[in-house]
Amino acid sequence: MIDKLNNKKNKIYLNILLAVIFAIIIILLDTERIGDNYIRRILNLSAIYTIVSVSMNLVNGFTGLFSLGQAGFMAVGAYTVAIFTVPLAERAKIFYIIPQNPVLAQIELPFVIALILGGLLAALVAILIGLPVLRLKSDYLAIATLGFSEIIRIVFTNAKSITNGALGINRIPPMPTMWVFFGVAILSVLLIWLLINSSYGRAFKAIREDEVAAEAMGINLFKHKVMSFAVGAFFAGIGGGLYASLLASVDPKQFYFTVTYNFLLIIVLGGMGSISGTVIAAFVVTSGLEVLRFFDEPLTLLGVNIPLFRPGFRMVIFSLLLMILVLFFRNGLLGQKEMSWKLIFDCFNKKKPRKKTDKGGTAQ
Amino acid sequence: MSILQINNVTMQFGGVTAVNNLNIEVQEGKIEALIGPNGAGKTTAFNIITGVYSPTKGNVIYKGENITGLTPDKITKKGIARTFQNIRLFKNLTVLDNILIANHLRINSGFLSCTLRLPWSNREERHMLEKSEMLLDKLGLLGLKNEIAHSLPYGEQRRLEIARALATDAKLLLLDEPAAGMNREEFNFLQDIILNVKQQGITILLVEHTMELVEAVVDHCVVLNYGQKLTEGPFCDCESDPRVIEAYLGKEEAEC
Amino acid sequence: MTIELFMQQLANGISIGSLYALLGIGYTMVYGILRLINFAHGDIFMMASYFMVFSVINFNLPWYAATVVVIIASVALGVLLEKTAYRPLRNAPRMSIMISAIGASFLLENLATYLFTGVPKGFPDIKILTRAVNLWGVSLSVATIITPFTTLILLYVVLFITNKTKIGMAMRAVSKDFETAKLMGININKVISTTFIIGSSLAAIGAMLWGSKYPSVYPLMGVMPGLKCFIAAVLGGIGNTTGAVLGGFILGMAEIMLVTFLPSLTGYRDAIAFIILIVILLVKPTGLLGEKVTDKV
Repeated sequence: MIDKLNNKKNKIYLNILLAVIFAIIIILLDTERIGDNYIRRILNLSAIYTIVSVSMNLVNGFTGLFSLGQAGFMAVGAYTVAIFTVPLAERAKIFYIIPQNPVLAQIELPFVIALILGGLLAALVAILIGLPVLRLKSDYLAIATLGFSEIIRIVFTNAKSITNGALGINRIPPMPTMWVFFGVAILSVLLIWLLINSSYGRAFKAIREDEVAAEAMGINLFKHKVMSFAVGAFFAGIGGGLYASLLASVDPKQFYFTVTYNFLLIIVLGGMGSISGTVIAAFVVTSGLEVLRFFDEPLTLLGVNIPLFRPGFRMVIFSLLLMILVLFFRNGLLGQKEMSWKLIFDCFNKKKPRKKTDKGGTAQ
Repeated sequence: MSILQINNVTMQFGGVTAVNNLNIEVQEGKIEALIGPNGAGKTTAFNIITGVYSPTKGNVIYKGENITGLTPDKITKKGIARTFQNIRLFKNLTVLDNILIANHLRINSGFLSCTLRLPWSNREERHMLEKSEMLLDKLGLLGLKNEIAHSLPYGEQRRLEIARALATDAKLLLLDEPAAGMNREEFNFLQDIILNVKQQGITILLVEHTMELVEAVVDHCVVLNYGQKLTEGPFCDCESDPRVIEAYLGKEEAEC
Repeated sequence: MTIELFMQQLANGISIGSLYALLGIGYTMVYGILRLINFAHGDIFMMASYFMVFSVINFNLPWYAATVVVIIASVALGVLLEKTAYRPLRNAPRMSIMISAIGASFLLENLATYLFTGVPKGFPDIKILTRAVNLWGVSLSVATIITPFTTLILLYVVLFITNKTKIGMAMRAVSKDFETAKLMGININKVISTTFIIGSSLAAIGAMLWGSKYPSVYPLMGVMPGLKCFIAAVLGGIGNTTGAVLGGFILGMAEIMLVTFLPSLTGYRDAIAFIILIVILLVKPTGLLGEKVTDKV
């Protein structure tokens, strides 16, 4: 039966079936017929992490640039949404120590506009960072983006009339439905996928494979690196904006550069050249991080307190996983391939012959 | 009509002079060879022409325009393309992708048009695809178009590199030891390709150690030694010049 | 702005600068040989601080014995780091080793948080270092005074090793041309281990001096200094040991001068390093003492 399924027409039907099942599940969750708020929140967070991880993969996995700035770009997007979507009437209650900048205090934007603005601002910042750094060998990009992530947090903590400093901004209007998160996620992944599979995407991959050869084939390294970096930042900003409305509040401590490690783990786990791998890994890691919380609580087994389990253990396990992945499984789940029905069917085909011999062997 | 002139070019790396006061002129539509023992400065000359190095002194004129010091991508856009001594294909990408990438420099659509699959960029993509497949067909690689580049046998990889350089719509092709390591069959095919390219009016500058190829296809030779031009002329003149023989073989064995 | 305050801040600037210089040497040496940014270097500095805390407070060692223990432990950690996180990936794509470096850094930070909790611990008060001395009307701690001299002496030692010893020559060869050095029979592993030994020792000594000035020890204390010291190394010319020291001094001075003359911008003190990074990349990317490197194509 597996072989019968392995032709083009049937694959399209399978894809449609999958999409329908997925849509039904989301609708059921969204209208609260199944699941609870905790599950919904994890799924929404996974959708957001998908957007940011795929944007990071565009830059790191497909173009070969080592950028560690996603947390910073998320912060830009998050704060843009936070600053502009809180209803004007509420602003004074939030900016109660130092009043909000008078220009900003009059502007309230609809969510979509603020979201896109956040993405654009993040892209602008990326271009500003990229201009000096990307003209050279990309080694320094890691330090520059890591530094930027730190600095943005410092700036946001200090620019009190704009960002309310360490107090953060709350009362951000929440989203009415899960479809906002999943819709934007689907759209973002689609757009990035389209970009990767266009001529420009191929140019990015050429830069990753061999910069010298790419340049020799007429590709302007600087222009394309900045392009990739800016697009990556744009979507990270979008992810940040959604994050702000999911949590309904932002503060500088949420965007400590260590947040970037989550996305790094996701893209290494999924495969640094695979979009579908990243999507799968995003859901696995986001839920995994929740499951791992169990490591942070004291554990008693058969009445004995296991001393290892206390706060902080979760992150040790997490960072050990990252190290194990990069040392032993650096291609992750899918490497540079995309998930396809062919891959799944091949998995089944590999298992079939073994089962047959088992049956034959035990027939005594 | 000369398509390329290298005028008084000197290249110094710290204390080492790789190329010393080099003067070369390449005639349009002809096949020119740059020969000489290892370390004579041939690949350095290539790197200077293609913009990888900026010469310490001198200039490079292409079609009357001074291209000295331009970045490699700009030089390729002007019509000069090259292959590499140690093959530098995009190893993990398919054969077809390698060729398509070489088409990218001529693209008119911006990245937004391409991403949103707007009609004119779809047209360009189709056109690039057709062009690339035709080129692959001409070089006998069409059947391998979906293979990963590093899985190809050596001879086919070298051929792919040449195809990739041609895909940039180059008018001047720089081939760095294209025949290295080829067997008889691959060699004959290479010879046909080179002559075919010449027929299309593309000028070729060749660095090569396999004298059989040089003898078969080349119109004019320049011999380098220790970064300087030793002599130049038609192949048979160069081949029999005692100084050239001495450069390759050393003084004692100059008797032959 | 009194002359005393200015002199005090000047001394502080030189002192901080020397500390940045000590860490910067480690970064520049590793980058010069492996073309790798050792993100975990700042965390070795952090672990060294914790080792000191435990040696003195928990094991009651006198400070000079603790110093030796700390240096040995840091060196062991550095060599272990190289063996487990970097050596296996020497032939892997560059991205992998960079991820490993950042992963190792993250792991060390998380281990420290798990083992020692995030609550800052107090660096042991080594009376001989923290005692205040009055120099021309300016009150400075002994640590502040001896730091620059320590750095210069150590710089001299490192330069001696790299220029006058056999292993140093091997190190210079490897940083110039990795492949050829291997072919010439140089024991690459030994060279790389030596580099990490030197770097880690300097980080440990730096931790000692830093702790006497800033006694708060916490898991993420190495992050900012680590970033800044790498930037100092870039400023001075990556791969150049003297450059790292020069870069460190300049960076330290710039920070203190900002805080002194523009006190309202104190919150942005850490941003100075990144502004300097951007400026040097725009103006002279090879750094103040760096040389242009051409890649063979």
